[in-house]
Formats: sequence, structure tokens, C-alpha cells
Amino acid sequence: MISTLGHFVLFLALGLSLYAAAGAVFGARTRREDWRASSRNAVLAQFCLVTLAIFLLEYALITSDFSLRYVANNSTRGSLVRYKIAGLWGSLEGSILLWAWLQSLFSALVVARYGDRHEAVMPYVQAVLQGIAAFFLLVMTFAVNPFTPLVPVPPDGRGLNPLLEVTDMLVHPLLLYLGYVGFSVPFAFAMAALITGRLTDEWLKYTRRWTVIAWLFLTGGIFYGGWWSYRTLGWGGYWAWDPVENASFMPWLTGTAFIHSVMIQERKRMLKVWNLALITLTFALVIFGTFLTRSGILASVHAFADGPVGALFLGFLALVLLFSLGLIAYRADRLKGHGELDSIVSRESAFLLNNVVLIGICFTVFLGTIFPLLTEAIRGTKISVGTPYFNRVSVPLGMALLLLMGIGPLIAWGRASWNNLRRNFVKPILVAAAGTAVVFALGVRQAEALLAFCCSFFVVGTIALEFFQSTRARARATGERLPVAFAALLLKSRRRYGGLIVHLGVVIAIIGIAVSSVYKVEREVTLKPQERLEIGPYTIQFHDLRAGEQPTHVLVWANLSVSKGDRPLADLRPGQRFYPNQQSPFASVDARYHWTEDLYTILSTFERDGSSATIKAMINPMMAWIWIGGVVILLGVLVAVLPERRLAMLSVRVKAQAT
Amino acid sequence: MTWKRLLIPLASVPVILLLAYGFRTDPKAIPSPLVKKPAPEFRLTVFGGGEISLAGLKGKPAVLNFWASWCYPACYEEAPLLEATWRKFKDQGLMVVGVDIQDKEANALEFIQRFGFTFPNAPDPGSKVSIDYGVYGVPETFFVDRHGHIVYKHIGALTPGILEAQVQALLKGS
Repeated sequence: MISTLGHFVLFLALGLSLYAAAGAVFGARTRREDWRASSRNAVLAQFCLVTLAIFLLEYALITSDFSLRYVANNSTRGSLVRYKIAGLWGSLEGSILLWAWLQSLFSALVVARYGDRHEAVMPYVQAVLQGIAAFFLLVMTFAVNPFTPLVPVPPDGRGLNPLLEVTDMLVHPLLLYLGYVGFSVPFAFAMAALITGRLTDEWLKYTRRWTVIAWLFLTGGIFYGGWWSYRTLGWGGYWAWDPVENASFMPWLTGTAFIHSVMIQERKRMLKVWNLALITLTFALVIFGTFLTRSGILASVHAFADGPVGALFLGFLALVLLFSLGLIAYRADRLKGHGELDSIVSRESAFLLNNVVLIGICFTVFLGTIFPLLTEAIRGTKISVGTPYFNRVSVPLGMALLLLMGIGPLIAWGRASWNNLRRNFVKPILVAAAGTAVVFALGVRQAEALLAFCCSFFVVGTIALEFFQSTRARARATGERLPVAFAALLLKSRRRYGGLIVHLGVVIAIIGIAVSSVYKVEREVTLKPQERLEIGPYTIQFHDLRAGEQPTHVLVWANLSVSKGDRPLADLRPGQRFYPNQQSPFASVDARYHWTEDLYTILSTFERDGSSATIKAMINPMMAWIWIGGVVILLGVLVAVLPERRLAMLSVRVKAQAT
Repeated sequence: MTWKRLLIPLASVPVILLLAYGFRTDPKAIPSPLVKKPAPEFRLTVFGGGEISLAGLKGKPAVLNFWASWCYPACYEEAPLLEATWRKFKDQGLMVVGVDIQDKEANALEFIQRFGFTFPNAPDPGSKVSIDYGVYGVPETFFVDRHGHIVYKHIGALTPGILEAQVQALLKGS
């Protein structure tokens, strides 16, 4: 019943998508508002239908209706409701349904936001967004139907992979998907601009906020994924340059480049082709990422399917690339930029360099990701590249980026004068020198860490200087007190200051990344009960091994107590979880998290009779800074994109409190 | 539109072709670096007593099979094949050696009895031999020629076709 209904709803939604796309184009060509209006309604109706499909599948998941194969494979009766809900994106079919739904949601939001305005471009934007939605619906209706029935109905389902039965599963994939799908909106606007030939900066103006919001979700998803991996996977790291991690990182890099390069176009009328190419590349990389996870062509911990769907995604990727690059080629005449670089010492050249570096990192990551395929195709041998390759290239490029992050926002447009340079950079350089001297005195000797600190201090110096000078100038001009002037400033040029806060967050995260990777301490020791392990300033005592039955698994854990000097600090219980359906146990990490350093413990192996346990302990200094940096980035983006009205109210309140 | 402009979209074609090529490969099939290299030496105590070592096989081609009683169904599928092959070719000088890894002795003996193994089987204490051979799952099978070189490694359950062909090649081999 639910199977037939679900499948029917998907078919109907596919039909509506195709109608909405075709109707919008027809309405735009013939200039008939009735067609355009009808296609807008179709977009909304299509959104309702896909929402219904989501409800149907969620209903089946929550009520454990194992007459659907997808439910039987991704849910068990015993699971908590929240993990039953998360089953929707636990595997291939459901994740595609979720994607289609988000795509429909964004499409409907665009219709709701702009209504019948901008009638020249909007129909094409809709057509592109609905075309993408149609692709995902097509994949479901013809290749991987989430509503496939299962006969006979099994008494219980297989359930999610135990690694996914954690609350993080409710956040990380959703953030990533929102980011991925979010980038389809600026992409659709870019395509509409190319199709209609309205190649002014109009499309950039409309898409600015959409892009930043998509970037926010993608950034949040990547950070959250790292945090999840760090707390639960039990290898003490947060990023492994796994193909699928790379697949999320690449559109992030090009998206970040895009956010910066559009500013040059707005200001200097340059880089028109470049911007179109960047957003095309970003969207293509998003599809490339989904292709990677769903085709099984590269080995990865994240990959969850192989089979016909990979070929469909590759076909779609080819279509996206040929269509959008073809359009750019077609419009090449009208895309000539107007401006030129006046001077190499200018903001636009700093931004340009930032773009080059970001694309450089992206290319490096892309090459590393597909390297096994490349070598096998050319030489017939499989060569995988690992972390050292990625680090060797991305660390120096990352440093260059950091430096540019300090220079870009403060250097003058056009041609920077000596005066401009002196006014903006002498003090930050002094801050960098002083700060580096301090950390050197504190014992930091490692060249990479020193360099990271030096660049970071420089950037922090520029940001602080900018905030300070502007606040003081405003306070003098208006007679406001400094905090009030600061808040007013933040609210007035939110894009600029929000951006600077984002930069601050990036710096904080980079310090965390640099210090935690350079100064990580790791020890692995086999202990008998009551024996101790010394690591850094900590003493870890192993008391005993315990085992206990949990609702879904058996947990074996070691009781540890941690002390620093004579002071007892914490009791830790690292363990291993044994699931009936899984061949190997899963780590259960325990750690003492602190903003200065984390003490991280893992139970590696143990004797069944409890006579000994092998404990792996790690000190990860300043790890928390990475996550704090992520939060600061989030705040910065919110400052930059929150709607005017909300902030106006806030600013009134700030003023009221100040008086 | 001039042909030069076509180069912009056409630039994406090689990448797409490369990705399409990916469908023809299996990312998990990693060729063993040991193939065409001398097989690592081993010395094991056979179930029920006696010793077996690589040096002791000199001159005889060998099929070295890594198995475990808990490896169901793959090891159970190939076990009768191994025994049949051993019976068929032992007179032509073929050796078959089973290495039982990460197992309980009682279960392993039951497995041997169940399939009536008559070729030598030995446990691998501390998984030393499996580590030397880079075994990362069971079953895995190594084909070692007369000169003690590994000529082929098979991952997963053996099929009659592969086993027969590899053994023929070993016996015929230089």
C-alpha cells in the first residue's frame, strides 16, 4: 500500500518537475505570465508532493513497516525513534529522496522569495532548479526506489550501521546536504544569466545571500563531521583525506573562492567568466561528490553503494559540465571584462591570488583523490596517495592563504599607496613579530608551528586594527561610547565585519589544527590492573576491565583514573562495543576535553580474563580551538547574512541599553 | 561559435572518461606486492603433530591456503575443492598447505574433520605467518612455484576454474 502510494507520488512529482521546468521556459519565451504563474504553482505543488513522499517513508520507518525493503535494511524495532528518523539518510535510496526534497525546498523558497518579479531571469532559474530536482526523482523512480516492497515481510529489520546510531547522525549529513543543495541556487542564477544573456551583475546581487548561506551549511557540515569523527571514531583525528571528505572539501574551496571573487566583479567589473566558471565548478564538484559516494569507484569509509546509480550520476555530471561550459563558450563574446588590474599591490590582486591559491588546493585535492584511477588507467598499477601528499601541498598553500586573509581586507582597491600600506600593515607586522617572539619564548620551536603562529598573529593584528580604528573613528564622529560605536559599526557594514569575524574564526581553527598536529603526544601501553601509564603531565591508572549488556550491544570498558601530579583529575572509561551483526568491535572513546588540551583514551585490545588491557592515550593540544573557530565562523556568517529588520531591532535594543 | 570555443566544454570530457573508466575497476582489489617475489619463509606445527616449512617443500609447487573455522560461508565453499585438488594432484608433486588463523583449536579440528582434510593444516600462533604474507581476511590463497616464488594470490573463495588453472600452471611451470 505505502509502497504503491510512495512510488506513485514520486512519479507525479517527477511529472510536475518536468512540467514546471518546461512551462517556465515556455512562459519566458512567449512572454505569457499565465504560463509562468502556472509553472510557479507547479513548483510549490511539486514541493508538497516530495514532502508527502518524505512523510510516507518516515512514517514507515517510525512504525517499523518492514514491507518496504528500505525500512527493513535501515531500521530495527529496537532503535530509538530519532535513529529511525535518521534512517531516511542512512543509505542510498533515502538519501536521494532527502536530496530531492531539499532541492524542491530550495526551489520553492526561490519562488516564494521572488514571486513574479524579475520575470526575465526567474523562469530559467526555476527551470534549472526543477531540472536538477527532476534528475533526483528520475533516479528514484527508475533506479533506486526507496519504496520498493519486500516480500515476505521480515519480523525485524537490519538497522543502521551502529556507527551511525549517534545524535551526530541527525546533524552532520543534514548540514552537508543543505550546503550541497544550497549551491544549486547560485548555479541556477548563473545559468539563467547565461541563457538570457543578462550578464550584468544582477545575478550576483540576487545570489549573494544564497551563496553565503550554502557556504555556511557546507562549512558547518565539514566542521561537524570532523568533530564527530574525533569524538567517536577512536583514532584521535578529525580529517583523513578520505575521498569522500575531499569531495566535500573541494566545493568548499571553490565556493570560498567564488564568495571572494564576486567582490572584484561587483567593484571592478572584472572576472565575469571566472565567476561563472567558479560557480559551475562548485556545483559540478557537488555532483562529483555524490557520484563518488554512490558509485563505488574509489575505496572510502563513506561510500555506500555501487551499481547502476553511479552511471546515472556520471551522466548527470557530464550533462552539467557540457551544458554549463557550453553556455559559457556560447556567451564568451559578451563576457569580456571591463576593468584591468591597475597594480599588483591592490586588493583585487590579493583577492585574485587568494583565488589562485584556493583553486590550487582544490586541484591538488582532486588529483590526489582520483590518483588511484589515473595511475590504473595509464600504467595499470594502483597507487594511492595518502595524508603526507595532501599535507605537503596544502600546508604551505594554507599558510599563503592565511597571509592573504590578513592583507586582502585592508589593502586599498586599485593601487595601494605607501601610506595605505604603512597605516594598515606596520602595526599588524609588529603584532606578528611580538606574538611569534612570545610563543618562541614559551618553547615553540617547530618551524611550521612558528610560521602558523606568525601568520595568525598578523591576521589577528589586521582584524583588531581594523575594528579598533573604525570604532574609534565612528565614536569620534558621533560621540557614541566605544561599545555602542562598535555594535553600530558591526550592524552597519555587516558584510565586511561579518567577513572579518569569519576570518578570525578561520585563524582560530588554523591555530588549533597546527598546534594539535605538531604537538600531539601518543602512547600505547599494555597494562595489568593497577598499573600506570605516564603521558605528558598525566598519570593514567588502569583499575579493571568490566563488561555490560547494553540495549543493542555488549560494552567492554576499562576503568581508568587520571591524575596530574597529586591531583585527581577525571575517571575515564574507554571501551569497545560488540554488536551481534558486526564482525569487528567499535571503539568507544573517552576523553577529558579542555580548551587547552584534550586527553584522549582508547581501549585498543584486552585479554578476555581481564588480566590486561592495551590503552592508547593521546594528548591533543589546542584541539578545542578548531571547534571554537568553527563556532566563530558561524557567528561571523550570521552577522553577515541576518536580515536587516532583525538586526535593526537588535540595534535599537543595544542603544536603549546603552543609554 | 568557433571551434576554439568548443574547447571549453570539451575540456571536461577527459575527466568524465576517466571517471567512467572507474566503473571497470574494483577499488578494493589491491594487487599483492608479494606476487613474483620469493614467498616468505614459515615454519609451523601441524595439527596432530609434525612440522611443515617452506624450506621443506623445496622443489614442490604449493597452494598455501589461509582459512578459519569462523569464516562462513567462503571458507566452507572452497574447502571441498581444496581437498579434491590435493587428492587429484598430489601424485604429480603438488603440495597443499592450510594455515588456520585466529581460531579456537576445537573449532578448527571440527572444520578439518568435517571436510576430511588429508593435506597438512597448521594453526598460526600470534598470526605471524599471516602477517608475513599480508593476509587481511580469510580466505586468501597463495600459489607458490617450484622455485619458491609466489605466482598468484587469490582473495575470497576459490572457484573450480581458477584453482584448476592455477594448479595446472604451477605443475607445468618452469
